[in-house]
Amino acid sequence: MTRSSGIDDILLHVAEILVRELKLEDVTAETFDPEIDLVDEVGIDSMDLATVALVIRDEYAIRIDEDDYPKLTTVRLISEYIARKLKEKAAEGAPA
Amino acid sequence: MQTVSSLLSPEWLERYKRISKLNIRSSIYDVTNRCNLRCIGCFFFSSDEHKAAPEETDIRKWEAFIDREKQRGVNLAILIGGEPTLCLDRMEAFYKRLSTFCATNGLIKVPRDRFPDMMLGISLWGDEQDEKILRGRDTFSISSRNYAGDPHVYYLYTITPRQLGKTERIVRKIRDAGLKVHMQLLSNDEGVNGFSWETAQLDAIRAEMDAILDAYPETVISSKYYHEIITTGTMMGRRFGWDECPSVTQPLDRRSPPPRRLIEFIRWASDLHTMHRCCTSETRDCGTCKDGAAHMSWVMVNKRAHIRTTRDLQNWIEVYEMFAKLYQFIPW
Repeated sequence: MTRSSGIDDILLHVAEILVRELKLEDVTAETFDPEIDLVDEVGIDSMDLATVALVIRDEYAIRIDEDDYPKLTTVRLISEYIARKLKEKAAEGAPA
Repeated sequence: MQTVSSLLSPEWLERYKRISKLNIRSSIYDVTNRCNLRCIGCFFFSSDEHKAAPEETDIRKWEAFIDREKQRGVNLAILIGGEPTLCLDRMEAFYKRLSTFCATNGLIKVPRDRFPDMMLGISLWGDEQDEKILRGRDTFSISSRNYAGDPHVYYLYTITPRQLGKTERIVRKIRDAGLKVHMQLLSNDEGVNGFSWETAQLDAIRAEMDAILDAYPETVISSKYYHEIITTGTMMGRRFGWDECPSVTQPLDRRSPPPRRLIEFIRWASDLHTMHRCCTSETRDCGTCKDGAAHMSWVMVNKRAHIRTTRDLQNWIEVYEMFAKLYQFIPW
């Protein structure tokens, strides 16, 4: 599946993935604060991050290294990470 | 959406932040198939796990194996057996490479010059009478002499139904030896008469454990929520059992839907190849399993389910802190 690589689109879609996969209540992708700390505030743990990373891998055709999980603490940071990976992939012309 | 800071006071928020990024990844290792006791009710022998695989005896293979475990992301090695202290060279191989906890019966004194700060959990199955019935001897008299005042030791007190009304005396003895204690319940894998739990006994022991925690907060490492979970076998309306247990060896875990679980958890046999199904006996009925670490982990992996009310989240924090103290990720 090819997705838009604009940062705003990625932000919205990452929020959608989080809300859907983690069954978060009382929040939508549109109302999800992209700056909120996912570990300290939402209570996401490494199993949640692994779940989200798998979906992102499938939907964006990029791989999230497990060593990078600790850095991915907000929707914005995840989105910027995806954008960077997509850019690298486009530059290399090969799967990231 | 409920958030952590909306539920917690600044003091509790600090406690939460101290543990929220610990990311503990444990695995369990049978260090040896041998033991210097044969306790009635020990799952390792009652389910023939000591015959599951021959021990690897080449220490270089243990060292290479532990290095691979570290690469796999394990940051806490929990050593069990058999009796691990029968193989100090294997214990040392873990200790030099990883955060290591060793479960022992305490009969052999671990030399502190080789293992200065390794956490030891000494098994204790009740008072002198119960110990003699189930283990053939009063181990406390020896283990407490070996480890009196050691800051890196606690008793893992497995309470039996026959201990109702008697636990305070045991806890006082442990306190007087200058040691800590953590409590769990006997699962009675070998069906010894008088050692299986009835519901009313579980209610009574829960109240007793709560009272002991209140009376000896400096000695007892526990939480009332843990007491609730372990005695009722329920958490947030869910029942503990095979479908919920977090401590199943990951490569053998085919459960569907997959429950929340310990990431990359494996319980290894001492041949370094064979994997056991879970942290305890494969023959045990998961519906009546009382394994303390499995119940603690059950709470810990269900963090978001506890971000519901202030009390729920405080309960989660207390259980996580308890686990982190028992395995030395945070101080007592």
